Amino acid sequence: MLSEAMILFQIAGIGMIVAIIHTVLKQMGKEEIAQFTTLMGFILVLLIVLGKLSELFQQIKSVFLFQG
Amino acid sequence: MDIIIIVSIGIVASLLALIVKEQNSSIAFFVVVVTGIIIFLFILQKIAGILLLIEQLGERANVEGLYIKTILKIIGIAYITEFGAHLTRDAGLSAIAAKIELAGKIIIITVAIPILTAVIETIISFMPGG
Repeated sequence: MLSEAMILFQIAGIGMIVAIIHTVLKQMGKEEIAQFTTLMGFILVLLIVLGKLSELFQQIKSVFLFQG
Repeated sequence: MDIIIIVSIGIVASLLALIVKEQNSSIAFFVVVVTGIIIFLFILQKIAGILLLIEQLGERANVEGLYIKTILKIIGIAYITEFGAHLTRDAGLSAIAAKIELAGKIIIITVAIPILTAVIETIISFMPGG
């Protein structure tokens, strides 16, 4: 249960760090790289969330007897 | 003390989402999604126990297996629909949430067709001269 909750902190941490990197890069005047980092952070979090979501749907399928 | 764990996860997640939202609102939405998934996964283990009990009771009462399976399927569809609809509504897309709910209702009716036909056939057989 605790390890499940760690994912929350992981995602929030990724979000904050990406935001900080975005701000720093913007201050340095590298607008495109800043956008790119935000996109990468988004994709990273999306991968984590998709893994969890597929796990949830598998569990629901096995619990509620969806064979077909 | 499962409820304390779930409530504390919810509170922590809402705090995290509030903090992250100021900097990166799309990732704050992911925090909300993952919270929903974690709580749902946690609850699902308990639901599995309840459903096992329902199935055993149905077997003991000689209810036809098809009916119980259909009912369980309907409950599952309802849970998934609710989950998806609430998430989309949280993201501010209430139009899509309404469509998801509509789709859930229609799929539930399609799944329930065997039960409906059984009911209608029983009623017709009661009718005189039917």
